[in-house]
Amino acid sequence: MTSALGKDLLGLEALSSEQINLILDTAEPFKEISERAIKKVPTLRGSTIVNLFFENSTRTRISFEFAEKRLSADPVNVSSAGSSMSKGETLVDTARNLEAMRIDMVVIRHGSSGAAQFLAERIESNVINAGDGMHEHPTQGLLDMLTLRDHFGDLQGKRVCICGDVLHSRVARSNIWGLRKVGAEVAVCGPRSLLPNAIDEFGVTVFDRIEDAIEWADALNILRLQIERMTGGYIPSLREYNRVFGVTRERLSRAPRDVLILHPGPMNRGVEIDSDVADGEHSVILDQVTNGIAIRMAVLYLLAGRNPELAESAKAAAR
Amino acid sequence: MTRPILLRGGRVVDPSQSIDGRLDVLLVDGLIEACGQNLSAPDTAEVLDCTDMIVSPGFIDVHCHLREPGREDVETVATGARAAAAGGFTAVCAMPNTDPVTDNQAAVGFIIRQAQRAKAARVHPIGAISLGQRGEALAEFGEMIGAGAVAFSDDGRPVVSAQLMRTALEYARTFNVPVIDHCEEPTLSHGGAMNEGIVSARLGLKGIPSEAEEIMVIRDILLARRTKGHVHLAHMSTVGSVELIRWGKDRGINVTAEVCPHHLTLTEDRVGAYDTNAKMNPPLRTAADVAALRDAVADGTIDLVATDHAPHHYDEKEQEFANAPNGIVGLETALAVVHTNLVATRVLDYSRLVECMSCAPARVFHLPGGTLRRGAVADVTVFDPHAKWTIDPATFLSKGRNTPYAGERVRGRAIFTIVDGELVHTMTHTTR
Repeated sequence: MTSALGKDLLGLEALSSEQINLILDTAEPFKEISERAIKKVPTLRGSTIVNLFFENSTRTRISFEFAEKRLSADPVNVSSAGSSMSKGETLVDTARNLEAMRIDMVVIRHGSSGAAQFLAERIESNVINAGDGMHEHPTQGLLDMLTLRDHFGDLQGKRVCICGDVLHSRVARSNIWGLRKVGAEVAVCGPRSLLPNAIDEFGVTVFDRIEDAIEWADALNILRLQIERMTGGYIPSLREYNRVFGVTRERLSRAPRDVLILHPGPMNRGVEIDSDVADGEHSVILDQVTNGIAIRMAVLYLLAGRNPELAESAKAAAR
Repeated sequence: MTRPILLRGGRVVDPSQSIDGRLDVLLVDGLIEACGQNLSAPDTAEVLDCTDMIVSPGFIDVHCHLREPGREDVETVATGARAAAAGGFTAVCAMPNTDPVTDNQAAVGFIIRQAQRAKAARVHPIGAISLGQRGEALAEFGEMIGAGAVAFSDDGRPVVSAQLMRTALEYARTFNVPVIDHCEEPTLSHGGAMNEGIVSARLGLKGIPSEAEEIMVIRDILLARRTKGHVHLAHMSTVGSVELIRWGKDRGINVTAEVCPHHLTLTEDRVGAYDTNAKMNPPLRTAADVAALRDAVADGTIDLVATDHAPHHYDEKEQEFANAPNGIVGLETALAVVHTNLVATRVLDYSRLVECMSCAPARVFHLPGGTLRRGAVADVTVFDPHAKWTIDPATFLSKGRNTPYAGERVRGRAIFTIVDGELVHTMTHTTR
């Protein structure tokens, strides 16, 4: 049966607002499962899922694995180090071999934009994009939205500014598409050398100064600044980045309203975000991590073709 | 001696003589014998009925990659020359980015010999500008011309050093041959996989800005002004390049330029969901660029159409987008793509089409052909402008199957390709 999301989850750009809201709504009952003593429901019993990670990841891989196990699926983790991928096997051959093992789903993290799409076009299993190059990281976008929704109730008209290296960020793209589709106002702020040249065509507001972004925003989603951006010549130094674009308590104190703080992690404390902001009362950074499992459970559940309305009863049945 | 050929009753389009009319063309002993009304055929002649077809001087593609020596698994001089003939080309110029690089007279001679064995389209080797295409020391232009080279290029690699480009343009003046540049400023294009713009930003692919091409276009034009050498700009792709070429030509600078069928017909949107058959360098650009290129090829700012035929093994294209090689095949689709999209839509008339695909290439590169004048080589293309067909890569004579046009319904197809008075390709099955 075709799921309400189609065969794969490759990005948020292609989803409708109804589909995004369906995932967020489906995640709600799944939150509770992780709060139980026995964190398991039998929903995906018998499903085999491969977590195919060509790039290092701690948070996302573990989050998917917990989501899979809490739904009683059988996950297998494959990382590029020590696998056939490190022996020069092509992505298409890796895909065909997985297919031959009769798996049900693949969760893929890959350094090349489009890799998840590439895989999805070549295998019948459901493919979930866990981050492809600079393209999208849809479950991260969704868990950010769920966290914002927990706080604001409705995202309609809420102002979210994505701060930092938007150019290289798959998280930024998934946030921009997802938030705009559900009616939030989206802005970006960062040095122009780390924003796409065509950013004006994304339908977002652009702030050149973090002070202006903070004055405007209800929430900041602060991206990790990768150290390679400095050696790559995009910015002169991390120290200057913190001086000009760092989200500090002092800057936040001048905001006209409380500003919710999100960060997809891992954080560079003292670079894009100061510790007292990350650990402060408006930070929901750890809520994002908790919500990540519920979002991934919802995505797995929906892609498996389970009836959306049954999310609630699945939880009830497990009681 | 080969049998004479009489091409009877076709619409002869030869802009080199301002001819456009229903005429016969007689080919004898490898030369054009006559072009006129109701010619009588010698007893021995083969008579080809060209009713409702266009008879033109043979098409010449000044930019293709035949991959031999080095990558005979993806194309050879012979398969490339046969693919060319099937596409209506009577001659092609082979780029020197082979392995080893075509940067000396022996390498040029090898390609000439392979082409003679193929007995299909003529193949004119292009020699490298620099030894090993390394962009350092000038290769032996004179020796290579002696062996049959017709122009020089480091194609695939831009000539980064302005000083080397200047020297090449100066040195080439002795031999009166064009120096071709693949215009790409490498620090701007580094790592780029497609046009820089909203589509690359959406897809998360590193973009190649228009300026990477345009900076080199104006550099080359200024160096041509300084040296009075002839610079030929390969595969132009942007509005800005068109404006700069126009600027150069208005000032009498010796610059010529080519455009590829794909840059005249497709935009960056064709990349779609990371389709590697839409990956080439220069990349597909925007609708505004396509419009400017169409105007430029119609008004003569751009002199000619060239394919940049670049076969690749399917394994190489079956990869993550960023890792896949650049380029598409074009020899067997160029005529149909240009005819369907530019002639049938009246951007170009038949005279301008033949000018861009035959007369101008011959003139700009000082090659035989490009005319049906009496005494010229008997290189002739006969094509059926009404033939409707669907592009199917499985039927290509090229070893390459990498094309973004697979499955497209097109109109216009080469029926007879004649080289040196000999029929090297006949298309038998065609529908109207």
